[in-house]
Amino acid sequence: MKVEALQGLLSARVLCGKADGEFEGVYIGDLLSRAMSRVEAGCAWVTIMANINVVAVANLTEPALIILAEDVTMQADVLAAAEENGITVMTSPMSAYEICCAISKMAGE
Amino acid sequence: MSDVVKFRFDVDGSDFSSAGAASVTVKKKLRQLGYSPDVIRRVSIAMYEGEINMVIHANGGIAEVEASDDKIVIVLADKGPGIPDVELAMQAGYSTAKDHIRNLGFGAGMGLPNMIKYTDDLRIDTVVGEGTTITMTVLI
Repeated sequence: MKVEALQGLLSARVLCGKADGEFEGVYIGDLLSRAMSRVEAGCAWVTIMANINVVAVANLTEPALIILAEDVTMQADVLAAAEENGITVMTSPMSAYEICCAISKMAGE
Repeated sequence: MSDVVKFRFDVDGSDFSSAGAASVTVKKKLRQLGYSPDVIRRVSIAMYEGEINMVIHANGGIAEVEASDDKIVIVLADKGPGIPDVELAMQAGYSTAKDHIRNLGFGAGMGLPNMIKYTDDLRIDTVVGEGTTITMTVLI
């Protein structure tokens, strides 16, 4: 599934990285030890956690992108670290549930 | 790749913003050395959990990694408080992390369970009041 198409569906704003790739599968979660073992490479990780440790977990697990739900944003230093590591981050006004419903619908089309 | 490649890191216990730095570096090095993505993922997860534990509980420590043809051994040594009840600490969901740590997304009580899950062998040497050394082996 294309990240760019997703961006429109979620009314999302790209905070860093590029929205031109593809993703496969989703993981939703804010507890980092859970995310660490469950985020698959190339997936979309939906979370409301936005601290620097999220960047470390993404660096190790390599999701295609991080989607911050509920208009959560990242502080400038966290974004700079994400940018430096080539991590795509977007934020959507939708809840994690709504985001996943939209992705599920997209996957079914 | 017949030699043993060794890495050593000082894990800074005072700075959550750099927690995970050693694991990320090891991941990059292992990739350069040509290990499979599965092995790299297992080492990364186990080492990250250990590294975070050292920052949360033990004010940092030393992380050493030895990578060879047949296995990768990760040794995490700290001079923290030690683990009074190892069996309890091993239980999924059990955590002694404080609220401010939980607010950062840690303290789910999945650290040690993840380390067991993703390694082939895990040994805990701990003395209360002196420190803990965790030795994890991932077979290739």
